Amino acid sequence: MKKRSMETSLADQSPKLIRSIERRLFLKTSLSLGALALLSGCDLTDDENVQKVLQGMSRWNDGAQAWLFDPNKLAPEYPESAITRPFPFNAYYAEDEAPEVDAADYALEVGGLVDNKKSWTLAELYALPQEKQITRHVCVEGWSAIGSWTGCPLRHFLRRIGADTRAKYVWFRCAEGYTNTIDMPTALHPQTQMTFKFENDILPRAYGFPMKIRMPTKLGFKNPKYVVAMEVTNEDRGGYWENQNYNWFSGL
Amino acid sequence: MGAAQQGQADWVKIHPLVVRITHWINALAVLVMVASGWRIYNASPLFPFRFPNELTLGGWLAGALQWHFAAMWLLALNGLAYLAYGIFSGHFRRKLLPIAPRAAIRDVLEALRGRLSHEDLSMYNAAQRAAYLAIILCAIVLVLSGLAIWKPVQLQEIAALMGGYEGARFLHFFAMALMVFIVLVHIVMVILVPRSFPTMITGRARRAS
Repeated sequence: MKKRSMETSLADQSPKLIRSIERRLFLKTSLSLGALALLSGCDLTDDENVQKVLQGMSRWNDGAQAWLFDPNKLAPEYPESAITRPFPFNAYYAEDEAPEVDAADYALEVGGLVDNKKSWTLAELYALPQEKQITRHVCVEGWSAIGSWTGCPLRHFLRRIGADTRAKYVWFRCAEGYTNTIDMPTALHPQTQMTFKFENDILPRAYGFPMKIRMPTKLGFKNPKYVVAMEVTNEDRGGYWENQNYNWFSGL
Repeated sequence: MGAAQQGQADWVKIHPLVVRITHWINALAVLVMVASGWRIYNASPLFPFRFPNELTLGGWLAGALQWHFAAMWLLALNGLAYLAYGIFSGHFRRKLLPIAPRAAIRDVLEALRGRLSHEDLSMYNAAQRAAYLAIILCAIVLVLSGLAIWKPVQLQEIAALMGGYEGARFLHFFAMALMVFIVLVHIVMVILVPRSFPTMITGRARRAS
């Protein structure tokens, strides 16, 4: 009681003092916030518990995106005049380090939950029915580019090889060792394509010769190039970037 | 004893609990969104400059994206709670309206000359009303343009509204820049009128006598 009345009288008598204490407290708070911001850079993100929360949120976002994914919603298509020229090459290596796949030796391995596991030569793949799409490629870095891709809808191929489309995932392996797992609903999306051509020409080396999997409903890194093997599976095998904390679903 | 009662009577409640809680959650969410967003921007800058890495969050692009897409839920859910409260409790009507553009311009000019009165903290002056409304609108544009960038296919109707995928990137950037500017002015004003700071924690202010 005594203390309280003392405080009050102090406040009454020296509003200047109170104000300066308030100011000091405020400065202290601001400084602590500033220190927290400085700490944040790498240290905070690398902390084990923080990583657990962030990865948990990333899994949650996978679920949210799978829920949001409409299997019948098409990515917007663009006129030829909208195509980005030159279409950018992008990978974790330089263009001259890109895999050089020998067309004559190439055979696409097919495995997992499928009836027919025979490999496919390039001539056999080229004989599949093909469709063309001019869609926007969106990179995880933020930039985007519009390209023209022609090839066989993946869902047509999956039906052809007798894939169990109730399986959860399709996994891809590429000539340079890049790997990628996608969800079955995206694999069955009408615009998900085994791409053999870019702008009416055989897919050049820079864009993934002989085959790229084009998915306008996913970020660029989920669109594997130089694909040499495909497996239908219930096991999530992650992928090159997914295993380095990029979001697994990465839908658009 | 008499002095204590006298002292208590001097305090008035000016910030409701919901406003104080959502204010501080929002402050944290915005700090994380801006710091991680700057790192994401640095991966593919729209303009010929990058943000200093020391001011960013995440360490690299993947880490920054993890932070950004985690904190977006905090920002959005907290923002929705604040908007619902502001609309249904009458808080916006009482505190932010009416907005008089001429009075707002006058008050902003006064503030720039350092002559703006903050005597009665329970009333927002016209400049404050305009700034707080602008920051709410900024946040709405940031969320919509963010959704357009995140989901340009599934939410293509929103993306079209935001100027397409590339348009939304620029809009997201400019809304961020405006929001950061308003927040900086807000912080400067709090430093100039420091007794307004504890009111956002306790909710109470000493009545102007």
